[in-house]
Amino acid sequence: MKKKYIAVVDYGMGNLMSVSKAFAGFFPDVRVTNSKRVLNNADAVVLPGVGAFEDAVKNLEKIGIKKNLITNITSGKPFFGICLGLQLLFSRSEENGSFFGLDIIKGTVKRFPRKVELKIPQIGWNKIFIKKNTPLLKGIEEGSFVYFVHSYFGEPLDKSIVCTETVYGVKFASSVCLNNVFASQYHPEKSQRVGLKIIKNFVELIK
Amino acid sequence: MKKNYLAKRIIPCLDVKNGEVVKGVKFLSLVKAGDPVTAALEYDRQGGDELVFLDITASHEKRKTIIEIVKKTASKIFIPLTVGGGINSIADIRALLKAGADKISINTSAVKNPKLIKEAARIFGSQCIVVAIDAKRCGKNKWEVYTHGGRNAAGLDAVKWAKKVVALGAGEILLTSMDADGTKKGYDIPLTRAVSESVNVPVIASGGAGNVKHMEEVLKKGKADAVLAASIFHYKTHTVAKVKQQLKRNGILVRMT
Repeated sequence: MKKKYIAVVDYGMGNLMSVSKAFAGFFPDVRVTNSKRVLNNADAVVLPGVGAFEDAVKNLEKIGIKKNLITNITSGKPFFGICLGLQLLFSRSEENGSFFGLDIIKGTVKRFPRKVELKIPQIGWNKIFIKKNTPLLKGIEEGSFVYFVHSYFGEPLDKSIVCTETVYGVKFASSVCLNNVFASQYHPEKSQRVGLKIIKNFVELIK
Repeated sequence: MKKNYLAKRIIPCLDVKNGEVVKGVKFLSLVKAGDPVTAALEYDRQGGDELVFLDITASHEKRKTIIEIVKKTASKIFIPLTVGGGINSIADIRALLKAGADKISINTSAVKNPKLIKEAARIFGSQCIVVAIDAKRCGKNKWEVYTHGGRNAAGLDAVKWAKKVVALGAGEILLTSMDADGTKKGYDIPLTRAVSESVNVPVIASGGAGNVKHMEEVLKKGKADAVLAASIFHYKTHTVAKVKQQLKRNGILVRMT
């Protein structure tokens, strides 16, 4: 029988060490990869990433895994997008122009409104308010603090996919889920007990 | 609706020299007091929102030890970890991020070579580039930037320098008042406020924390987004958890764990 593993997609967008370590705490085999084959045979896929949206899409195209990634996401295997990995799922982003994403989630990635009293990026611990129950949020308390670092957020057309909302000047979707897809704007791998619980819940799906 | 629920961050800082915590963390047993990984784990357990390692190792050869410490720490704690001290190049930054640091903090090298900020932000993203500013009062509402651990005056105005580093791509500013540092008489409120009001990135206030009231003041009047403290946490009297409880009672939003 094939050994089960989680693929963490490495496409040159930031440091994947803490992401892979966090998942590895709950699952024995976590592989950081940019290979199509490793991605295709994985039992679950994690798409992390920090940086600019445009660079991320370009990198996925350059490595040649953009289509594979879409196929993997739509195949039904558990998928976890983190930060930029959430934003990439959207149809398009307004970061530094207008760029097309993976179009798994219909909607747009927008910048926080420029208000004097708000520092951008949002950096730090903010609360999540649960809008929809999903297995990943099992045991997570309303108003829990999780760690954010971002200037942009995804705004889905279909509000029913919003799992949690967070308030930073505006109310935005801090995590979404659609069938097998879960994605968070916050960093579960940096959100201590709460984040690790969400990761553990995700890993339960493939055990 | 409230404007936001972003918590003020409480950030313990550990000074590390040749792989050992300097000044010691007094609440740990003597055997473990000098071990940065043990101290980091304890601060994580107490509810520290982030951690900072400040490497003050002088010799170049021994600087590899911080990489090992970062590796060990990053595999055990899941809160953001910042490493500063002696970082001079893109290669230094890459090595620390690869070891598991989430952010790096640059100070002297940023003054000597401001292009490093821009280059580092372009390659790794502004979110992981913290510029540390050591400032000393030089007149009424005027502060000068110092480098080399506070030994050399840089001839730069702290507020102007803060604006410049943000324009170059710094994602956060770690602001230390040299006048207040070590006094335990409170943070430099006017300095913190002047910098915080002139930039649109978070400002971490550092230097002078003697009690929780000082933290409250710099968060409220100084408009700091986070506070960094070292010695106050070294004794069991001020655990991170206790500090947060008191801040919460006084109306500051903090993350309780």
